[in-house]
Amino acid sequence: MTTSSTSPAIETRDLNLYYGSFQALIDVNMVIQPRRITGLIGPSGCGKSTLLRSLNRMNDLIPNVRVYGEIRVFDHNVCDDKTDLVGLRKRVGMVFQRPNPFPLSIYENVVFAARVHKTAKGSDFDDVVERCLSSVLLWEDLKDRLGKSALELSLEQQQRLCIARLLAVMPDILLMDEPCSAMDPASTQGLEELIARLKEEYTIVIVTHNMQQAARVSDDCGFMLLGEMVEFRLTDEMFKIPQDERTRDYVTGRYG
Amino acid sequence: MHQRSRFDSVREFIVEKTVLLSGLASIVFVLLIFVFLLKEGLRTFGIVSLEDFLLGRKWYPISSPPKFGILPLIGGTLAVTVGATLLSVPFGIASAFYIAEVAGPRMKEMLKTGIELLAAIPSVVIGFLGMVIVAPFIGDLFDLPTGQTALSGAVMLSLMAMPTIVSIAEDAITAIPGKYREAALALGATRWEYICRIAVRAAAPGIVAAVMLGIGRVIGETMAVMMITGNSAQIPHSLLQPVRTMTATIAAEMGETVPGGDHYAALFAIGLVLFVITFFVNLVADVFLHKDRGTVQ
Repeated sequence: MTTSSTSPAIETRDLNLYYGSFQALIDVNMVIQPRRITGLIGPSGCGKSTLLRSLNRMNDLIPNVRVYGEIRVFDHNVCDDKTDLVGLRKRVGMVFQRPNPFPLSIYENVVFAARVHKTAKGSDFDDVVERCLSSVLLWEDLKDRLGKSALELSLEQQQRLCIARLLAVMPDILLMDEPCSAMDPASTQGLEELIARLKEEYTIVIVTHNMQQAARVSDDCGFMLLGEMVEFRLTDEMFKIPQDERTRDYVTGRYG
Repeated sequence: MHQRSRFDSVREFIVEKTVLLSGLASIVFVLLIFVFLLKEGLRTFGIVSLEDFLLGRKWYPISSPPKFGILPLIGGTLAVTVGATLLSVPFGIASAFYIAEVAGPRMKEMLKTGIELLAAIPSVVIGFLGMVIVAPFIGDLFDLPTGQTALSGAVMLSLMAMPTIVSIAEDAITAIPGKYREAALALGATRWEYICRIAVRAAAPGIVAAVMLGIGRVIGETMAVMMITGNSAQIPHSLLQPVRTMTATIAAEMGETVPGGDHYAALFAIGLVLFVITFFVNLVADVFLHKDRGTVQ
């Protein structure tokens, strides 16, 4: 493991999660370092999205979810009932599988968080829009039609807009749940380049069913199977010298 | 086998055409009703000009010579409708949001059943309650000579418009894709902020349609208003005066007219005006309902 002096961005300790009587996560332990891209891979239903969604407590929206163990985000246990969910989600933002811009204008999508959290007012909104759209490389394309509905954009632009909307919250951690799964190869490449750029300022956790994508973009990588974290290590090592037989079988394409 | 499939295709044909006929029947009925109203009502405009009819301030159908000016009746309908809309729209939309977004499953079931029951109460019963309880109460409250006023009608009619508004608005809110809520919450918005900033706008077309259909319900209502608004055909200057609506006029006077006479024709002409108004209200509602489907995938 990397020996780093900085404290981890996220750490899970013996995390167990149940949907009713079904156990979706089994004793998951992982440490995510700041300003790195961590990929979570594994076959469908292995619990990687569940793990991701428990990091900002989005699983709360599903009835009958029970969580045991600890999730520490910047050293605060967020599984606590007293956790300030708004505060947590401001620090830990999420990009979803299918782009989900609001049915509002491009401009209103980006300033949504600034309005809700009152982090900007008046003419500051224009700066927020320019800064966030520039970060996702949309500003040049969209600056002349900010009043248009966000639903008219291409899927890739919509996903970039969703990232821009999230950056307006000024989070520390970005959770991405298969952000490219609805995209064509060219859009996927564009988004991967964007994700690599964002690493300079944000800690990123990305779930993907695409092993090559994990190999391309991530620094660290976790392989999950049937709710267990089978192996968690540097991405290079994971793909070159996997320690666990199940990991080896998966990364060499025996199943998945 | 051969016999069987032939029988099937005949049956298929009959079923298909029967269903087609049932579908067409509703359009044919609307057209026939409209034609009938035109036939009986248009004669009025040989006796009184369209302008005098719509803008005339006096409705004295049995004086001689009779005066057929329906402005007081339009005013009465307007007063009751505006009052009922102001009362039922805020409450209706708020309860639609409560049912769709806030209430737990049991509360939701209870409220939806309650709203359906409210819709099932016959209008004459609503009118009866209004006459016995609401009208005297309003009379006492504002110290009026009579509680049978536009306001009493508006209060009772708002109860009748509520089920329409609540159930259609609730459908529109429930139909908002869950991904918007998920996105809003993941950005650190609270449920309340999601409702105010996203849900209201995403469901806006459906909410407008709900309001229009609620208004349509109020404009067309007859029995309750006839029982509680005092039936006085004057142009109202406030909601605290007795009024007479277009519908109540037709219902109250039709029995006393000579079929084919001038008064009779004038009542049909009122029906025609009502038909045109409700047609446009429903048209607007329909446009918004379809707009809903067009923009939100």
